[in-house]
Amino acid sequence: MNLDFSDDQKFLQDEAKKFFDKEGGLSNARTVMDDGLEGDASLWKKIVELGWTGIRVPEAYEGLGLGHLELCVIAEELGRSLAPVPFSSSVYFFTEAIIKFGSEEIKSDLLPKLVSGEIVGTYGIAEDMHQATESNLNVSVEAEKINGVKIAVPDAGMASQMIVVVKSSAGTDLRLVDLNDDSVTVTPQKNLDTSRAFFKVEFKNASSKLIGESGKGWQYIQHLLDQAAVLFAFEQVGGSQAALDMAKAYSMERFAFGRQIGSYQAIKHKLADMYIAVTLAKSNCYYGAWALSSESAELPLAAATARVSATKAFQLCSKENIQTHGGNGFTWEYDCHLFYKRSKVLSVLLGSEATWKEKLVKNLEKTNTLAKG
Amino acid sequence: MDFNDTPEQAKFRAKCREWLEANAELKESKSNGHNASSLEDHLKVAKTWQQKKYEAGWAMLHWPKEYGGIEASPIERIIWGQEEAKFNVPGGIFEIGLGMCGPVMMQYASEEQKDRYLAPMAEGKEIWCQLFSEPAAGSDVAGLRSKAERDGDDWIINGQKVWTSGAHYSDFGILVVRHDPDVAKHKGLTFFFVDMKSPGITVKPIKQITGQAGSGSGFNEVYFDDVRIPDSQRLGEIGDGWKVAITTLMNERLAVGDAKGSDIEEALILSKSKDDAGEALIKNDSVRERLADWFCEANGLKYTKFRTISALSKGEAPGPEASITKIVSANKLQEIGNFGIDSGDMAGMLIDENDGVSSFQGAWLGAPGLRIAGGTDEILRNVIAERVLGLPQDPRADKGLAFKDIPTKA
Repeated sequence: MNLDFSDDQKFLQDEAKKFFDKEGGLSNARTVMDDGLEGDASLWKKIVELGWTGIRVPEAYEGLGLGHLELCVIAEELGRSLAPVPFSSSVYFFTEAIIKFGSEEIKSDLLPKLVSGEIVGTYGIAEDMHQATESNLNVSVEAEKINGVKIAVPDAGMASQMIVVVKSSAGTDLRLVDLNDDSVTVTPQKNLDTSRAFFKVEFKNASSKLIGESGKGWQYIQHLLDQAAVLFAFEQVGGSQAALDMAKAYSMERFAFGRQIGSYQAIKHKLADMYIAVTLAKSNCYYGAWALSSESAELPLAAATARVSATKAFQLCSKENIQTHGGNGFTWEYDCHLFYKRSKVLSVLLGSEATWKEKLVKNLEKTNTLAKG
Repeated sequence: MDFNDTPEQAKFRAKCREWLEANAELKESKSNGHNASSLEDHLKVAKTWQQKKYEAGWAMLHWPKEYGGIEASPIERIIWGQEEAKFNVPGGIFEIGLGMCGPVMMQYASEEQKDRYLAPMAEGKEIWCQLFSEPAAGSDVAGLRSKAERDGDDWIINGQKVWTSGAHYSDFGILVVRHDPDVAKHKGLTFFFVDMKSPGITVKPIKQITGQAGSGSGFNEVYFDDVRIPDSQRLGEIGDGWKVAITTLMNERLAVGDAKGSDIEEALILSKSKDDAGEALIKNDSVRERLADWFCEANGLKYTKFRTISALSKGEAPGPEASITKIVSANKLQEIGNFGIDSGDMAGMLIDENDGVSSFQGAWLGAPGLRIAGGTDEILRNVIAERVLGLPQDPRADKGLAFKDIPTKA
């Protein structure tokens, strides 16, 4: 039994933690938020220099050729520091889509550029305030040209390439679009967490290239979502742990009625419940990491379980961190709101908790027996 | 990252398996455990099995070699436990003795006493119990009030213990009592072992909310009326009782794990098989949401355990993650039991062994006990907050007071 990361992977995580601390920790997210930026370009440049954009890219395409587990440990640290960079869009999603489903020509063209940071990629699924399904897509492709509008597209400001989920004559396709094309308009959208940027992307006869086979786009996107869900869950666990650590530190230093508030059971039990939620989420993430890295058929169930568990943990920890801080927690000055807002954005970015619970139960319906621990 | 044994572990597992296959029968299903018609039969079968294990060297794996153990590593104990659980063998009789009483005897008893008591304990010839909790001392067990008074070379014990598992069939017990009420709570305690057949000991079964009593519940009240214990049966110094008890309780914490009973798998089977107004329960959105929540908890506990085992497997000390196990599993059991009963709608309260709901009723009735035994939910949250997160202790109203001056009522 070895449900653990290797020493090398733990070393990488430790390096990542030190890196984000050295680069200013939460202050980067705060700067992006206060200055209305699209992301932290200088932090992103340093991440590229560390080689993390190439972790999963095969060596033939100038990457490091490592596995998903290395991404998991970095994701946890990105989450802990709320790093305001397009890592999830470009690495968990776009790069994975190209590696898994791209043609040789597209791979040779894009993968080295993704590794070197020459390009950043993103993806577009949502079109309105409803859960996207294969039957309600409006953005469509005809003769390689795309028309329609995607919304809530993360990082489209820093990105130059985008994977778009579109309706096609064969069903659903994944199409690659160059965001710098004149036929594409990218407009910022206001959102709850301004340490991250979201955009409306409008296509008017935009040129596109097919990724993988026509008609298989929905199947591809589900797989990419499952993979990304595990990595997002690690980010959520990192954020949960950081919010818990912050609440703990404050409960030790804040006095009320002549004693540390952390000596009251009301606070202790709140923090214990946060610890329980983080521990369950982390263990579910390890299961997800195993399924992801071993390309197990259990990935859809493991991903949904990690995702739901981590979404619950981060939302609990971030809201109870504010509560533990009392009035201070409601000020812009204290960092509590950074976690609260990021937890909400991460909880909907890949689809809501209800959406993932439904995926989880659909997978349970297919199984007849569950192995017990 | 994988779920495989190392080559040494696989070898050990094969050895366990080989012996078990030669000496016991595989369970037909995982729920099918050993069933005996009476307590006497169960004890007889359990003693025979223990004897068999003892002779083959499987009885007390973790014990030091000098007392007949093989000094098995934690991971080897887990592997043995996993394999033994697949066989139809009796359990529940010797765990307290081998897990708690044996180690405390090894640490504090005289050489002569170790020679006399440890082998019969390991062999299953003598059964041991643990006498700590009292009617007025549950979570605050150091507030116990049973008295020990010195009388020459003996001590005279008076008082009452409660929730003593197996007292009605035990030969010996370990006991913590108060020898001095004039000093602070933790300082006035002394630890002994006692012959359960001593004059003045009365064992009465506790009838639980499940309706089970006697051998059914396994729990007892134990009354001490002028019970005489020789000073030679004192374990540790006079006044060191709390220190000795803590060592023993640490061993208990390791032993209390998952709440057994209806879990996500049973809830899932019920949801798929049972109709609600012509449609399977699992089609109901509120049921789906709860199944998702329970699965996240059950799966989270399963892989939390795997993380602990992984650390042990590498010879590392596990993290504190296992501290969440009982609190999560006992509450989940209560919710799933409740769900099963509700599935019977207007007739959910009716008891019929064959209707598929009775196991959920059992879970629902038993769960409140599991939320209390071995540390209440509230104590366990304090433990997580104080020992894992490092938060300060609550200010204590009894701090610095002599035991006799500690308030006991409003």
